[in-house]
Amino acid sequence: MPEEIAISVEELVKSFDGHVVLDGVNLQVRRGETMVVMGGSGCGKSTLLRHMIGSIFPDSGRVVLLGEDLNELDGAGLDRLRLRFGILFQSGALFNSMTVGENVALPLVEHTELDPATIEIMVKMKLEAVGLREHADKMPAQISGGMKKRAGLARALALDPEILFYDEPSAGLDPVTSAEIDQLIMDLSGKLGVTSVVVTHEMDSAFRIASRMAMLDRGRVVAVGTPAEFRDSADPMVKQFINGLAEGPITARRQESNYEEDILGVSPRHGR
Amino acid sequence: MSSYDSSAISQVRALRTPGGVQAVVVTLQGEVDLQHSPAVRQQLIDEAGKRPGRLVVDLSAVNYMDSSGVASLVETLQRVRGYGGELILVNPTARVRSIFEIARLDRIFRILTDLGEAMGE
Repeated sequence: MPEEIAISVEELVKSFDGHVVLDGVNLQVRRGETMVVMGGSGCGKSTLLRHMIGSIFPDSGRVVLLGEDLNELDGAGLDRLRLRFGILFQSGALFNSMTVGENVALPLVEHTELDPATIEIMVKMKLEAVGLREHADKMPAQISGGMKKRAGLARALALDPEILFYDEPSAGLDPVTSAEIDQLIMDLSGKLGVTSVVVTHEMDSAFRIASRMAMLDRGRVVAVGTPAEFRDSADPMVKQFINGLAEGPITARRQESNYEEDILGVSPRHGR
Repeated sequence: MSSYDSSAISQVRALRTPGGVQAVVVTLQGEVDLQHSPAVRQQLIDEAGKRPGRLVVDLSAVNYMDSSGVASLVETLQRVRGYGGELILVNPTARVRSIFEIARLDRIFRILTDLGEAMGE
């Protein structure tokens, strides 16, 4: 695998209960770039993200992350690799019984032998980077959803990861906080060379932060390119999605489905 | 201290500035990361414990520094300021300097581009 590829997703197939969610996904993420993965609800982007972080495994195909084939790693190997990437979950996923500062310190306490004085300073640095330093002693229940998300990002940054995965980083944030998070994502990539994979619906944010974008539809990657290439795309599906249009191939598909049969009870699924 | 990996510490020199201020120059190299920063921290704490008027950390040969390395420098700054001394960082690479910027510490540290300047008055 060439050194410049941080993540390689190859022919990934995954079904749940007979329903195909990923149908041969191919995607390569280069080192240092910010890859935005977008697509409508149910297109498979969250499932793709879960494969990339090794929380679920494919029926076939593979994910190669930092040169390691996730299918071939045992539990210890995966744990070692997980120290090299961070994940920002939608909710922030904080431990409610710990303060914000303790949440951020947790990976450092668990995975390093650093002096507590060093860890304390690192926690302040990470919280400052996300604008939460004054809230270190608060419990998660005492802070807003947006602050929880920022605290989650501070924790994801704790071990200076080489790759950061973001699941809807802007959702639920006010515009200023959202712009601050976007700036941080761009700084981490542009200044430190951190590779980022961002799953998002927010088109303003996507176009601001992306080096390249990938659009998923029905479990397949239907377009990959730079923001400029997406803006100029003639593909009707891409145009409808990035412009948020009510009419186009995505909605037409829905209208063409068997609504009449279904509601009148003549669908083969329901029988008569 | 002996169990730490001290390979990121290249040189420690005790000098005097032209004006007679006692100075220590610690030259770091390579990667100051989770593996190496404990030794760097210990060395810097030891040097600060001798209370030189000026503690200079030469970063020109450091090609990577993570947050634990930066935190070690912050702790050193706390100690040096505590006794009224001065900590100067010299010639970080653009990448290392960016880590200070992202942590918003570039305004807190005195960062110079030249060792001669750091040893001047």
